Amino acid sequence: MAEKVVLLDFWASMFGMRGRVALAEKGIKYEYREEDLKNKSDLLLRMNPVHKKIPVLIHNGKPICESLIIVQYIDEVWNDKSPLLPSDPYKRAQARFWADFVDKKVYDTGRKLWSTKGEEHETAKKELLEIFKTLEEELGEKPYFGGETFGFMDVAFVTFYSWFYAFETFGEFSMEAEHPKIIAWAKRCMQKESVAKTLPDQQKVYEFALGLRKRFLGE
Amino acid sequence: MVEEVVVFGVWVSPYSRRVETALRLKGVPYKYIEEDLGNKSPLLLKYNPIHEKVPVLVHNGNPIAESLVILEYIDETCPQGFPILPKDPYERATARFGSKFIDDKCMPAITQACWGEGEASDKAVEEATELLMFMENELKENRFFGGERIGMVDIAANIVGFWLGTFEQVTGVELMTRDKFPNLTNWSIEFVRNNVIKENLPPREEMISYLRKKRSAR
Repeated sequence: MAEKVVLLDFWASMFGMRGRVALAEKGIKYEYREEDLKNKSDLLLRMNPVHKKIPVLIHNGKPICESLIIVQYIDEVWNDKSPLLPSDPYKRAQARFWADFVDKKVYDTGRKLWSTKGEEHETAKKELLEIFKTLEEELGEKPYFGGETFGFMDVAFVTFYSWFYAFETFGEFSMEAEHPKIIAWAKRCMQKESVAKTLPDQQKVYEFALGLRKRFLGE
Repeated sequence: MVEEVVVFGVWVSPYSRRVETALRLKGVPYKYIEEDLGNKSPLLLKYNPIHEKVPVLVHNGNPIAESLVILEYIDETCPQGFPILPKDPYERATARFGSKFIDDKCMPAITQACWGEGEASDKAVEEATELLMFMENELKENRFFGGERIGMVDIAANIVGFWLGTFEQVTGVELMTRDKFPNLTNWSIEFVRNNVIKENLPPREEMISYLRKKRSAR
């Protein structure tokens, strides 16, 4: 049976990018549909009635929602190449734990850099740098979070690299200066075609974030 | 090699009870350590330095934190035992989605609805009702979220199956009524009757006592 794969997404979403990287890693042909988040399509609302959010993967008409669940689904269905989760259960648990950590911490804190000012902004900056420090310690001397090969946790976090310039500019810090190992890791990941072709230009993302900032702060 | 399995938990926590339930379903013997959250043990802080929370599962000295991550780990290390997750990838994605939905959306809304105050609580009651309705419609007339047998979503939904009833009794907030939620109500009765589940729930009267004390201490 011909596989039909559709991804409902938004170009700047680091969550949507995870799905795109996973699909590219597996060499899967799919239809990409850009959503207007201010005017969500009927299809999106039907396929994700609970959260009404992107990304949504639609495989032969059936929806899968939540980016990390999408990545695991892709890994399990197209299991003939480029495994994203390791085979050892303990390593799998560690990969899931750290991807969950990224989900719980990076986005919510990071977004405060463009949506808040004053003391709240300062606190968010400090917190974000702490979060990156924790991630850098977890990475250690390994080439990838997964170890020798690019894997699930790398997919979960590398998409945020496209937002680094925005974080740095709004937060007034340099990732290279504060967390050089993370930059080295991100650049290593960017040597993979699946990542390089997926992640949008950081300047473009920054300009988009400027628009968000205007909306939140009216400046 | 002798397997050593230790669970760090607290008796009132639905999260640590999830882990114990999964181990019992698989027939895995384990040692349980009750933590005092006001005075966390050095071992807990060593095994979960990132979040400093329960539950933590320690398997032959290797720690795993986050209850849903632990459930998948237990399922993968005991593939022959009682299945916690289904085998089919689409059904697995659905089970993961349901469990995450409970943690990310239901838990906070239920907590705010029952324990919050004023307008925030009223709003949360509306939200929690909407969220429970998703669960009601997802369950339909199935015996369990896992189908004929309990599965990951049922284990994760322990807060709806047991704790919600205790919150309602103590606070007087009514969320899961039979006429609004017939499927969920029937499910929760089956849930607490299940042999393995009921072994791993705190005694209802003690839970209610604990919540009453907490409420008057505020």
